Amino acid sequence: MTARALRSLPRALKPVFSNRCPQAFAVRKCHQAKQSTYTPPPAKYGGRHTVTLIPGDGIGPELSGYVQELFRFCCVPVDFEVVNVDSAEDDITNAIMAIRRNGVALKGNIETNHNLPSSYKSRNNLLRTTLDLYANVIHCQSLPGVRTRHSNVDILIIRENTEGEYSSLEHENVPGVVECLKIITRSKSLRIADYAFKTAREKGRSRVTAVHKANIMKLGDGLFLECCREVASGYPEITFDSMIVDNTTMQLVSRPQQFDVMVMPNLYGNVVSNVCAGLVGGPGLVPGANYGKDYAVFETGTRNTGKSIANCNKANPTAMLLASCLLLDHVKLHAYAQIIRGAILSTLSEAQLHTADLGGHSSTSDVVQSIMDAVQSAGPRTLSM
Amino acid sequence: MAAHSSLLSVFKIINPRWNGRIGNTVKVFGTTFTSHRNKTSLTPPPAKYGGRHTVTLIPGDGIGPELLSHVKEVFRFSCVPVDFEVVQVNSAMEGEDDIMNAITAIRRNGVALKGNIETKHTLPPSVKSRNNVLRTTLDLYANVMHCQSLPGVQTRHQNIDIMIIRENTEGEYSSLEHESVSGVVESLKIITRNNSLRIADYAFRLAREKGRRRVTAVHKANIMKLGDGLFLQCCKEVASGYPDITFDSMIVDNTTMQLVSKPQQFDVMVMPNLYGNVVSNVCAGLVGGPGLVPGANYGQDYAVFETATRNTGKSIAGKNIANPTAMLLASCMMLDHLKLYEHASSIRNAVSITMNETRLHTADLGGQGTTSEVVQSIMRVIQSKGQLTSEL
Repeated sequence: MTARALRSLPRALKPVFSNRCPQAFAVRKCHQAKQSTYTPPPAKYGGRHTVTLIPGDGIGPELSGYVQELFRFCCVPVDFEVVNVDSAEDDITNAIMAIRRNGVALKGNIETNHNLPSSYKSRNNLLRTTLDLYANVIHCQSLPGVRTRHSNVDILIIRENTEGEYSSLEHENVPGVVECLKIITRSKSLRIADYAFKTAREKGRSRVTAVHKANIMKLGDGLFLECCREVASGYPEITFDSMIVDNTTMQLVSRPQQFDVMVMPNLYGNVVSNVCAGLVGGPGLVPGANYGKDYAVFETGTRNTGKSIANCNKANPTAMLLASCLLLDHVKLHAYAQIIRGAILSTLSEAQLHTADLGGHSSTSDVVQSIMDAVQSAGPRTLSM
Repeated sequence: MAAHSSLLSVFKIINPRWNGRIGNTVKVFGTTFTSHRNKTSLTPPPAKYGGRHTVTLIPGDGIGPELLSHVKEVFRFSCVPVDFEVVQVNSAMEGEDDIMNAITAIRRNGVALKGNIETKHTLPPSVKSRNNVLRTTLDLYANVMHCQSLPGVQTRHQNIDIMIIRENTEGEYSSLEHESVSGVVESLKIITRNNSLRIADYAFRLAREKGRRRVTAVHKANIMKLGDGLFLQCCKEVASGYPDITFDSMIVDNTTMQLVSKPQQFDVMVMPNLYGNVVSNVCAGLVGGPGLVPGANYGQDYAVFETATRNTGKSIAGKNIANPTAMLLASCMMLDHLKLYEHASSIRNAVSITMNETRLHTADLGGQGTTSEVVQSIMRVIQSKGQLTSEL
């Protein structure tokens, strides 16, 4: 195989070129190997990280603009490579290549136009499946300063991101009868379950709940549940239980405090994460992360385009800014992440600057300004405002 | 098929002469043949003899048996002219005989009241969910659930009044799954034009009858473009025939988020099977829990009433702590269906009055009342209203 031969070439040449450009060779060949154990190195040159930025549609561009502004203000050593995605097919391929190059991305939601033919797949979905970002992690926490009907909510939702109902496999063999395929595979279910338990262990969580509908979809969700049980047996310190999705949603609206970590297939994950986001204060507050083996893409938890409030200076920047903090944690710039996060929380609780979705009257720019003030008063080096 | 239709035409010819005598027999024949014909315009007559209706009762598992016996108690007490034909369904058996008996009984009577039948995970996957088999065989295509904030029940949201119409026979619950390659399971979600048009039509007709102004279709057509796209298209087509009713659509994830923040914005919602399951459970949780909401499954010829969230309640079975409200309200819906409106409103009234007494709230509402106390109180209220009742 030419690919394999080419791959071994840099290894042979490594001693010769080691000081000059070893990383360039490795990064280029990596995505051609199917099951490579080789992790691409982070795109970090001269101490500055390069991160792909996909503004998306709706409120995406303005929020991404604020993120860039804030990072520049706080002197965060991150450079953004902006890739705009339009309706054309090539654009998403460019974006995917940019993410492969940089390893990390921050994105806004790309709109899926209903008027286009059904062969046109959702761009966001295409991005997730091509990069194999198999785990979608959403941490729903009651934030201080935000009044909600439920308090003390702290749920970590881990949702399978690549298969399930989102396989985009549909056909109409008989006119008027459409079959949508929901795919559940053993390997992916084991992978997501393993990710869930590993994350639970790392974060010191004590309980993982699998959400399913195995009484109806016995083979599909039955397989998912079985895989979760298998993985659970390897983590004896973590309690594992399961709950049917309808009961789960009902329990979530009455007593969400009972849940700790939840793992589930794609569609239930979508619904449950939106319910939890609604419980802690809405789509403007919750950040989301999509992790794959080699790549990570950060975005808002509920993936809203927000078309109706685009460019009105009304959108809540919290979700996108917290997502950027998750990004900073991922590239190991923990100090910066903590500073920005602290500033956001103080804006929400002390300054009480709430945007329209939280029932307040502040504009997006006011909130961002307040966050920058808080960062400056906290002491670290910042640019002049 | 030909033999049946020819026999029926013979009867139509003989009928004028035998009118007085075999009038009833024609009806019997009519009932037998109807179920064999696919597109019949002949609705089976109600199983009403001597002014008393016969209704199939399927106790089910968990809290089903005890709640249904309370329903029987209340009916007997209020002198409701309904007799129950009890059909047991054993969930532990792998054979389909039990559920087929139940289905035949429902075909005979036309109306049923049921508890939820447990789907045991230990049985092989070829054993389908009995509840699902019942719904699909009888073609009970519309599941209607009315979530209303009840006075006397304190919840985080007030003034909720949502009518949920859920497609009951296809969608994700087709029970069509296979494992062509080991370790890869494909579950088929079927959406058909006929069923989607049918449920949309039901939704708009019901909205018009009840004087509702807005119907919202819940879907995920941005991902499942063909499937949910077809559903949405059918809803739009039907909506064009009802210009007095506003129609809009919402993606299921946004819907669930809006439900937990501002549920008052929703009026009537129509959706495929799985989203219906999730949304109805969210709404039930918002108005006070699974013990309060009744549900109804309507088909062209049959109607089956049960609790809306279809819980077996195994953990609280036999402990006298279950909330009987959902099952009693379901029986009221059944009485409305049988056109026994006075009895329905008297029982419903009694239930609301009892709900206002917080000391009688059961454990799921945060109180300490027992099921029997609640039922006794309901019966006392019915008696105090002055209608004909048995001894207490």
